Amino acid sequence: MKAYVTVSLKKTVLDPQGKAIQAALQKMGHSGLSEVRQGKYFELVLAPELTQEQARAQVEKAAREVLTNPVMEEYSIRWE
Amino acid sequence: MKIGVVVFPGSNCDHDALYAAEKVLGQEAVAIWHDSTDLRGAEAIILPGGFSYGDYLRTGAIARFSPVMTALQRFARDGNPVLGICNGFQILCESGLLPGALLRNAGLRFACRQVHLRVETTDTIATNACQPGQVLRIPIAHGEGNYFADAGTLERLRREQRVVFRYCDEAGEITPASNPNGSVDNIAGICNEGRNVVGLMPHPERAVEAGLGSADGLPVLRSLLNAPVLSAATRLHTPAQGV
Repeated sequence: MKAYVTVSLKKTVLDPQGKAIQAALQKMGHSGLSEVRQGKYFELVLAPELTQEQARAQVEKAAREVLTNPVMEEYSIRWE
Repeated sequence: MKIGVVVFPGSNCDHDALYAAEKVLGQEAVAIWHDSTDLRGAEAIILPGGFSYGDYLRTGAIARFSPVMTALQRFARDGNPVLGICNGFQILCESGLLPGALLRNAGLRFACRQVHLRVETTDTIATNACQPGQVLRIPIAHGEGNYFADAGTLERLRREQRVVFRYCDEAGEITPASNPNGSVDNIAGICNEGRNVVGLMPHPERAVEAGLGSADGLPVLRSLLNAPVLSAATRLHTPAQGV
């Protein structure tokens, strides 16, 4: 089983990198892209002996306590 | 006073801090490797600047889980003086000893220059030897120094006078132009509730002699010497194992 964790800045937090990328895209003619926000992406491979429940608990904990700083970031998890 | 400087893999201002403590302040100074589970009997701790663990994941995010941090958490919560400079400030925020977080500079550039800071409170372990409102000229060198906290936290920091330093112009005025990184409210440094843990992005240890361009960092570091020294039993406390 694999977990794909996406970490992004909270909507209330200014993302200067996203803004710079958006400005560059605008200059290149991508006028339809009105906002860009940059995030991080992690692939976590789960040990086969874990139950689904254990796997979910472990990934949630890692995402919440390590991969994300809750002051400025939020995360979402996709499973495969 | 015995001043301990924690050394993480990737710290690069540890020697500046040790030099300032030993040669300039004339104190005993010890380096503490991040793997250590005690603080070598230090009475004050400096978390130095640098790029601990290569700034991987987030600045300070991995350093926070170093073995030494368990002892440091205890040391700080017991009321002992802890000063986090630059990356040290980022580590203190990541570890929850200080509120808020440090984001990428608003201008996206690594900012490396002399700035002016205004001392907003002298009631902390890092400013008790400063004058209220004193303007210090101290260098910054960071890419992620943009202080952020939610509205509730900011309100509380202001109400409790826990904003310790703010970026200002030469005359001490807090202006947008004097804000080098987009920090909310021009905040350059804050303290915890007990006022014994202070973090700031500028580098007082790089401004301790005229030859370095400024000696304005001295009153900040000298303030540590006035911090109350707690009992040896507290300092030598062996922390519980684990994170």
